Amino acid sequence: MSRLAEGGLIDRTKPLRFSFDGRHYTGFAGDTLASALIANGIRLVGRSFKYHRPRGILSAGSEEPNALVTLRKGDRAEPDSRATTIELFDGLAATSQNRWPSLDFDMMAVNQIAAPLFVAGFYYKTFMWPAKFWEKLYEPLIRRAAGLGALSTLPDPDSYDREHGFCDLLVIGGGPAGLAAALTAGRAGARVILVDEDRIFGGRLLGERYEVDGVAGVDWTNAAVAELASLANVRLLLRTTVFGIYDGREYGAIERVADHLPQPAPGQPRQRFWKIIARRAILASGAIERPLVFGGNDRPGVMLASAVSTYVNRYAAAPGRRAVVFTASDSGWTTAADLMTADIQVAAVIDSRPDGGVSASRLPHDVETFSGAVVVDAHGAPLRGVDIRAADGRIRRIEADLLAMAGGWTPAIGLGANLGSRPVWSESIQGFLIDVAPPGLQPAGAAAGTFSLGAALADGVAKAVSALADLGFAVSAPGRYEASDEPSGVTPLWHVGGSRTKAFVDFQHDVTDTDIALAAREGFVSIEHLKRYTTLGMATDQGKTSQLNGHALLAAATGKSIAEAGTVLSRPPYGPVAIGAFAGHHRGAGFRPERRTPAHDWAASQGASFIEAGLWKRARWFARPGERDWQETVNREVTTTRGTAGICDVSTLGKIEIEGPDAALLLDRLYINTISTLPVGRVRYGVMLREDGLVMDDGTVTRLAEDRFFLTTTTANAATVMQHIDHARQVIWPELDVQAVSVSEQWASFSVAGPEARRLAQRLLPDFDLANSAFPFMAAVETVWQTLPARLFRVSYSGELAYEIAVRADHGEVLARALHTVGQEFGATLYGIEALGVMRIEKGHPGGGELNGQTTAADLGMGRMMSRKKDFIGQVMAARPGLTAPDRPCLVGLRPVDPRQRLCAGAHLLPGGAAAVAANDQGHVTSAAFSPTLGHSIALALLAHGAERHGERIVVHDPVRGPDIEAEICSPVFVDPEGIRVHG
Amino acid sequence: MRIPCPFCGDRDAREFVYRGDAAPRRPTADDEFHDYVYLRANPAGAMRELWYHAQGCRSWIVVTRDTRTHEIFGAELAKDAAR
Repeated sequence: MSRLAEGGLIDRTKPLRFSFDGRHYTGFAGDTLASALIANGIRLVGRSFKYHRPRGILSAGSEEPNALVTLRKGDRAEPDSRATTIELFDGLAATSQNRWPSLDFDMMAVNQIAAPLFVAGFYYKTFMWPAKFWEKLYEPLIRRAAGLGALSTLPDPDSYDREHGFCDLLVIGGGPAGLAAALTAGRAGARVILVDEDRIFGGRLLGERYEVDGVAGVDWTNAAVAELASLANVRLLLRTTVFGIYDGREYGAIERVADHLPQPAPGQPRQRFWKIIARRAILASGAIERPLVFGGNDRPGVMLASAVSTYVNRYAAAPGRRAVVFTASDSGWTTAADLMTADIQVAAVIDSRPDGGVSASRLPHDVETFSGAVVVDAHGAPLRGVDIRAADGRIRRIEADLLAMAGGWTPAIGLGANLGSRPVWSESIQGFLIDVAPPGLQPAGAAAGTFSLGAALADGVAKAVSALADLGFAVSAPGRYEASDEPSGVTPLWHVGGSRTKAFVDFQHDVTDTDIALAAREGFVSIEHLKRYTTLGMATDQGKTSQLNGHALLAAATGKSIAEAGTVLSRPPYGPVAIGAFAGHHRGAGFRPERRTPAHDWAASQGASFIEAGLWKRARWFARPGERDWQETVNREVTTTRGTAGICDVSTLGKIEIEGPDAALLLDRLYINTISTLPVGRVRYGVMLREDGLVMDDGTVTRLAEDRFFLTTTTANAATVMQHIDHARQVIWPELDVQAVSVSEQWASFSVAGPEARRLAQRLLPDFDLANSAFPFMAAVETVWQTLPARLFRVSYSGELAYEIAVRADHGEVLARALHTVGQEFGATLYGIEALGVMRIEKGHPGGGELNGQTTAADLGMGRMMSRKKDFIGQVMAARPGLTAPDRPCLVGLRPVDPRQRLCAGAHLLPGGAAAVAANDQGHVTSAAFSPTLGHSIALALLAHGAERHGERIVVHDPVRGPDIEAEICSPVFVDPEGIRVHG
Repeated sequence: MRIPCPFCGDRDAREFVYRGDAAPRRPTADDEFHDYVYLRANPAGAMRELWYHAQGCRSWIVVTRDTRTHEIFGAELAKDAAR
């Protein structure tokens, strides 16, 4: 065991059992999986991506590149989970990845011998030839040999929530700067959201031993958090990562609600996706320590110095027994002191700076120190010793099982570049800083390059004060915090050089110093090219520990300064986000909303099968017992409707009311035909064009009063037409005094069609005169059914004598039941949209296949409806030569010469004997159906010169579904062309 | 992104439908229709553009937005803008 006897923010009264690769261990509440593994003496936790090198734990935070494991089992298994961020829970099971047969003995480690094959750009070089081998041989091989964890491929059993947050100040990061900023803003009364990805606030204060205001950093943190929690205007979000900044001061965040539990409680989401709208924001995301680039720097036992301090101080877990500290910065000496305080032997401190030894006076007792020295190679897996090169050039071996490396600090500013502003180099901090911050955001503390604790606290206060002043909040007495201003000097050492073994820059993608040198030699000298050629920084850790080292190495290789070489932009997400969190509740049945007509449940009880029409569920047909297939059902519905009567729910049609003194004038401009001449109580069929002259939609217009109209649209275009009308009255002709409102969901309407429709409707409305003389075709009235307001329209889509009856939506089912009860006396059928479609094709009415956004009114045989006496939308462009050309495909009917053959929509039309090539294509079938009325298949088609070709024969060519069919071109109106029935 | 609807206040951009440049005015002369329907400027910088608050008040509004930064400078009802 490597657990220290005392100390740490762990609860030793709560032991937790867990397993790693099937072996059982114990940790404590407050541990991460990484700290528990360290406390159990486990040092080897994974194998690397390309070379399968043994890897341990590098860091103590979300920047971890090495310690990736698969967490949990079965359908909750989550690959590539960072052991450093996994909170330990009882029964936790984790397994290592990318190794076979076991972590200790990995056959694929032979990849190291084949290493010359895997250099930068190997995808593009080694396996380029022969090309066909790539897909069949090389790629599968590489995929098997290289990689990380594998998905479970099982459905995700958990749910994900979504929430919107609004605040005056969003503070990203709850370390010293973030806490100081949140306190300042919270006390001033601003609405604050403070976010931290850890399980507790405090940031660096949790892993270090500094004091604030004379008390331990942890105690100061607890007091600060208690005060914040007492403020009603402050919301604290722990276990939450802000992963992206978006336009309009929007921040995306993931709250890990239940990831620290064995599984979510019933009804509890696993994670919550936050969209936070923040007027101002402070990025207090801290800084990430850089590794040093020397041979074997990836070996288990080589860790970031700050991580070593964190494991010792926060988790009371000793990552080794005999340590060497290799540092280029003052902070490495703090780690040496932390180790000594915990009674862990420090064999030597190696400071690459020639004057580095001066910091030795800060240590509790003497230690061998080397100034101007470096570690050139690390040995053993896990680590057994290091070779150092002293200032005089001599190589010396020091035995150690832990190497703490401190390469200096890189501000964690990835989020700051999300909106496209490239960070700029700062000589003073030797790192990149945000140049132009996203609107409303300011970095503070270490994220702003203010590394020492006292200065970070003061910066947090100052940035909050400035944000509050912007927002008009008064800050009476901003807080002042007494804290050590520890030295934070650094002289970066980007590359050690002279190593005999591989020196890694990007641990997760196995990119070495020689890969970067090779990329530079091969001409990939732009930072963006380097990234893509070597894949530096493109792994799941997004290069948090590797980016700057890599860029510095490229700058050196190309003879540029780092400022000239620049850095890459970081895109969201800052950390991995589960796809399920983005989807939230929009999965399975909740994938999108479902619209049901008021009589939906009743229709279902009558045996309706439903089909999706946009978001609507529409009854497709009503099968009866004994019917063999849907065709038999639909044939019956059509035949009964045409022979007796049928009832159909048409509530999904778009419905719009237009009212105002200029209503008629607006409608004249919206429809190709004249509406203003329509008498009150009458209905007119109308067609709307888009301004480019093509047909947008068709429907009916009813004049309910001089200044009040009721429009119907197709189901599919209801929203588009509403938008179009609003555009016309608000943008094009705002001077018109007219209002428009969608009433699609306010009315439930049913069509009653067939020879018995009048008698049927009369039973419902016994006091209303339905005789042709009183209520002819295309008449409409506002009336009362029983005691309910109702509307009656004498309109027909089926071509039969028909009425449409509408009542308020909440009475839709009552009306449906009443219609059905009366209908049964007459032998009426319920029919769905399949029968409706058959009847409209029989009548040659345009539907979705014909209103396809490419047809003109003339194409559909309605050219003469276009008024010449008024201006209407689309009129001018409809007159363009291209839209009036005589050879444009126009609407025709088709019937198969052999009546046993079936026509299919989508088939193309070719002259007899012509080859099936595009040059011979004369049109296509837009709608097809079996007509039970005629006893054979019929179709509507758009055909060049179609109007003049009735009686001709043509080949219907369907390369996908069947043989060529010979068909006769005919009028698109197959049934009752004289229109006698509809007037019946 | 947030759109400052003059009627509803600051709202999520997903409630709106985008149409494009608000500059073209429907012409009266036939030979100007082609440009009205098809020709649009593509400025880098501030642009007045039409948005429709489809899932809100159903107002057409003119939003002034910087096409490079997506910064929004303000919005007014299209009805008012046309006057």
